[in-house]
Amino acid sequence: MDSERKIRVLVAKPGLDGHDRGAKVVARGFRDAGFEVVYTGLHQTPEQIANAAIQEDVDLVGLSCLSGAHLYLFLEVVRLLKEKGAGDITVIGGGIIPADDIAKLKEGGIKEVFLPGVPLNKIIKWVKENVKPLRVV
Amino acid sequence: MFSDTTLAQARQGLKNWFATIKEAKSDDVSVDKRLSTISDLEVKPIYTPEDIKDLDFASDIGYPGDYPFTRGCQPTMYRGKIWTFRMFSGLGSGEDTNKRWRHLLSEGETGLSTAFDFPTLMGYDSDSPRARGEVGKCGVAIDTLVDFEILTKNIPLDKVTTSMTINPPASVMWAMYLAVAEKQGVSWDKIGGTIQNDMLKEFIAQKTLMCPPEPSIRLISDTVEFGTKYVPRWNTISISGYHIREAGATAVQELAFTLADGIAYVQDVIDRKGLDVDAFAPRLSFFFDSHMDLFEEIAKFRAARRMWAKIMRNRFKAKNPRSWWLRFHTQTAGCSLTHQQPYNNIVRTTSEALAAVLGGTQSLHTNSFDEEFCLPSEFAATIALRTQQIIAEETGVINTIDPLAGSYFVEALTNQIEQEAWEYIEKIDKMGGMLAAIEKGFPQREVANAAYHFKQQVDNGEKTVVGVNKYQAKEEPPIEILKINEKIEAEQIKRLQEVKQARDNRKATQALNDLRAACQSEKNVMPYVIEAVKAYATEQEICDVYREVFGEYRDPGYF
Repeated sequence: MDSERKIRVLVAKPGLDGHDRGAKVVARGFRDAGFEVVYTGLHQTPEQIANAAIQEDVDLVGLSCLSGAHLYLFLEVVRLLKEKGAGDITVIGGGIIPADDIAKLKEGGIKEVFLPGVPLNKIIKWVKENVKPLRVV
Repeated sequence: MFSDTTLAQARQGLKNWFATIKEAKSDDVSVDKRLSTISDLEVKPIYTPEDIKDLDFASDIGYPGDYPFTRGCQPTMYRGKIWTFRMFSGLGSGEDTNKRWRHLLSEGETGLSTAFDFPTLMGYDSDSPRARGEVGKCGVAIDTLVDFEILTKNIPLDKVTTSMTINPPASVMWAMYLAVAEKQGVSWDKIGGTIQNDMLKEFIAQKTLMCPPEPSIRLISDTVEFGTKYVPRWNTISISGYHIREAGATAVQELAFTLADGIAYVQDVIDRKGLDVDAFAPRLSFFFDSHMDLFEEIAKFRAARRMWAKIMRNRFKAKNPRSWWLRFHTQTAGCSLTHQQPYNNIVRTTSEALAAVLGGTQSLHTNSFDEEFCLPSEFAATIALRTQQIIAEETGVINTIDPLAGSYFVEALTNQIEQEAWEYIEKIDKMGGMLAAIEKGFPQREVANAAYHFKQQVDNGEKTVVGVNKYQAKEEPPIEILKINEKIEAEQIKRLQEVKQARDNRKATQALNDLRAACQSEKNVMPYVIEAVKAYATEQEICDVYREVFGEYRDPGYF
């Protein structure tokens, strides 16, 4: 009996940044790779993202920010997920993120940061190796 | 354009050339391999007179300053006036940006261009919960006229022109500029500049969103009408392809969607305001990307001029030749810059700037090499400015106008891009115009598909990006990057509170009420926005009126 559950991902754009090319390309790559993908669209607050992640029952949240506000926004999503009892959801991020900030993000609970130019299959491989479906069927 | 003899010789010569290559028995022959531009337009190994045999010199190429302006709008182009060195910049507070502006002006830039932070772009004040973490991070924070006064301190608005990249709140930022000009004692008929103010491309690509499409267009037509009457040297729209391209569009899509947006704006001003097309068309301006494929970009710019001239003269029956001009600003492609080996970006920006110059741009911004990490440092921004200056002063490309005219390749590519762009415009017309096309999600999906296609091409090695999928560095030493002062957010909030306390609140509230009434009527909102900013109403207070009256638009999240 094939109980292979698909990995379910929420791709989200926190904050006011409207640059969505990367998030959409990743969302599509995830979908083509066989994950279940929900894309929030733009201008989500961290609260909205955390709620969506829980409502959509995802295993992974992928955040994208190119406006420089990633430290506050990404870590706020992590904090809210924990607060709402969903701290087991993996959170990853990408965008315009200077090297110094990567360490701070990881310390704050972002499991991995993917920078511009990374091949899609590298992200997909990472997800397959590091994220297990959380939901009980 | 060519005699039958020439064409026959060209055909025969081509056959001989192919035969010679086949005989050479070399493995290193890629004439059979399909090579294409970065937009995936196929490029042949060689072009001959055959490829442009149907061109007519007078009506397709001609002279700069003559319809259809393939070779340039102004008759003398750079021989008369070099393009404006207009560096897009903004960071932190008004003081920080004013300092950067004065540095760039002292280093030889010849026009200003304003980058606002995201709260300002989206119509939120620095103390909004939505602004948390964003204040001053990717541009200057402007909450009230006080910030704008600080931003423009010691900048003579009668001597320098200013572009402002601002869309839903364009009326507000423009009102502030007009108010400051008044305070400087400069009359509105003397000031020049541009507000981007192009909402259609926001719905397609840039996504600074506020109100739904219909009222957004109304606000734009209000500004066009106001500018036509009171600020004659101002470009009230910068019809933009840059953002559409950056979102992943091909060169053809960038061109077609931009011109289709332009058609929608022209039609709306005529329908809504009853203005004669020649009254406002000369002040429409454009903004394009300059990407990595050198010749594709040059051809695109030439095709753009030719197409807009035809649209204005034939479709809209404009009579004033100035209405037929496509004047444009260009920015080198941000999306072509790499995080890896960032100094390489200087080379990319140089090539892209060259394409823009060879394509006849009126104004140019060159990106800084460190923009994959943060806002440009002063060091990097200066190099970017020098790039333009070196092209202008040392390369000789400005010595003659439209140097690539007559090139078999460039003329063929110009034709091809024009042809394919017309096909898109016809498709959009059949859908009912750009507004309808946007509602259907058409341009958004085209752009998303093109973005994904390109990513796949890079990931599978079909397209090379140096440093990313070829010639990767084993180590990437860190570079010094600009850090925005974390105190800015608190300082802005404090200043905002002080302004609110010091102002006459009744006056501000009255001004906002008057604006609300104007929005609910068919009146032009601009005079009311100007009164509101003078009363120190905040940007968000004004935009909240827009949101209240016109509703809010949510990104549908196509991917």
